[in-house]
Amino acid sequence: MSIAVIDYGMGNLRSVSKALEHVAGGKQVIVTAEPAVVAEAERVVFPGQGAMPDCMSELDARGLRAAVLAAAKSKPFLGICVGEQMLFEHSDEGNVAALAVFAGNVKRFPDEKMVLPTGERLKVPHMGWNEVVQKPHALWRGIDDRSRFYFVHSYFVEPADPALVTGSSEYGVPFTCAVGRDNIFAVQFHPEKSARDGLQLLKNFVEWHP
Amino acid sequence: MLAKRIIPCLDVTAGRVVKGTNFVGLRDAGDPIEIARRYNEQGADEVTFLDITASSDQRDIILHIIEACAEQVFIPLTVGGGVRKVEDVRRLLNAGADKVSMNTAAVQNPDLVFDASSKVGSQCIVVAIDAKQVAPGLWHVFTHGGRNDTGMDAIEWAKKVDALGAGEILLTSMDRDGTKNGFDLALTRAVSDAVKIPVIASGGVGNLQHLADGVSEGRADAVLAASIFHFGEYTVRQAKEYMASRGIEVRL
Repeated sequence: MSIAVIDYGMGNLRSVSKALEHVAGGKQVIVTAEPAVVAEAERVVFPGQGAMPDCMSELDARGLRAAVLAAAKSKPFLGICVGEQMLFEHSDEGNVAALAVFAGNVKRFPDEKMVLPTGERLKVPHMGWNEVVQKPHALWRGIDDRSRFYFVHSYFVEPADPALVTGSSEYGVPFTCAVGRDNIFAVQFHPEKSARDGLQLLKNFVEWHP
Repeated sequence: MLAKRIIPCLDVTAGRVVKGTNFVGLRDAGDPIEIARRYNEQGADEVTFLDITASSDQRDIILHIIEACAEQVFIPLTVGGGVRKVEDVRRLLNAGADKVSMNTAAVQNPDLVFDASSKVGSQCIVVAIDAKQVAPGLWHVFTHGGRNDTGMDAIEWAKKVDALGAGEILLTSMDRDGTKNGFDLALTRAVSDAVKIPVIASGGVGNLQHLADGVSEGRADAVLAASIFHFGEYTVRQAKEYMASRGIEVRL
């Protein structure tokens, strides 16, 4: 049984696949653009990098939309970064419609809130290690609450249903950085770049039976 | 709150990490993958590789180093040096780099910053600026490892690369690099206050106070250092504990 990492031509998937291999305990990790391989996989990782409109158009250009939606309904599914954002309805980045697995939209960090009382500016992209406040979920097993994960992004999700939120963080404004429902877990940060705690989260995903 | 980052920098040539003073007088500091792994274990927030190889026939060595490193070190990796076109950026990203830094090529062809960030995303594109003071409060951008004065104002150039889509600036003071006298704090602060993207301060770190000053006085989002870590004077962990004791948010 394999773990499929969906490749729709956006960015480097080597880090994700190598980190998964590191924790997969011998399970096969396949980077794939084939809908059939996604359909056969035991579990699916949906990464994303770069601009949302490009991600959506590349996904469709490769005929992967249906395979992603089917996987999101049927098997353990992990969205990462833009792969999390694409699960929502709409993004302000390029004013684009997304996959609408979850109700809610993707917003940019608001310029007017990106200033500290000292006058120092909070830089965007939000880049670096920030604390994640957890809500109970199997994928946080073995990871302390408020552990830091590596982020690099300018947009974040705003779920319509607060019950989706499994993790939150703060940067000028509070924002949702992890969501989950049934077989889906999705994060704004990069577990594959988040050292020990990130690898633990990926290990939890590989072993997850929702 | 977002932690301030500590980034050990590895200058790599012919497959080895080296360190010089003011860009000359290189000294061997070891195997790049070994060193990157050690810094990861010490809690480094990222690792930066600068390929200072002069001859193009050795360029592919850095790709193999990045490939090997990305299999073992699960923190962000930045690579710079010799990046001239979007294709170079892609090759480095495909090898496992998370961010690619460009310097001389961006000065010669600013469209490269726009083209690269449009194609692979701003978050992958770092513009390295080597700046040298030419008058009080005035710094020029230098290229070719510090040999050529472009005549450009470093602060104006920083604003321009921000507008062109760079995701981050790696700012090196040529006056301070290798001196161990501390960052050029006036330069760092002037650039950091002028742009909306994160700024990494570089050049001149000789002790832990310098790192803290880069953040608190220089308003840098991250601090980069090489020799204080390579030669075992301090661990990354010690640096973070010191910064935390000065009230700076770090990842411990």
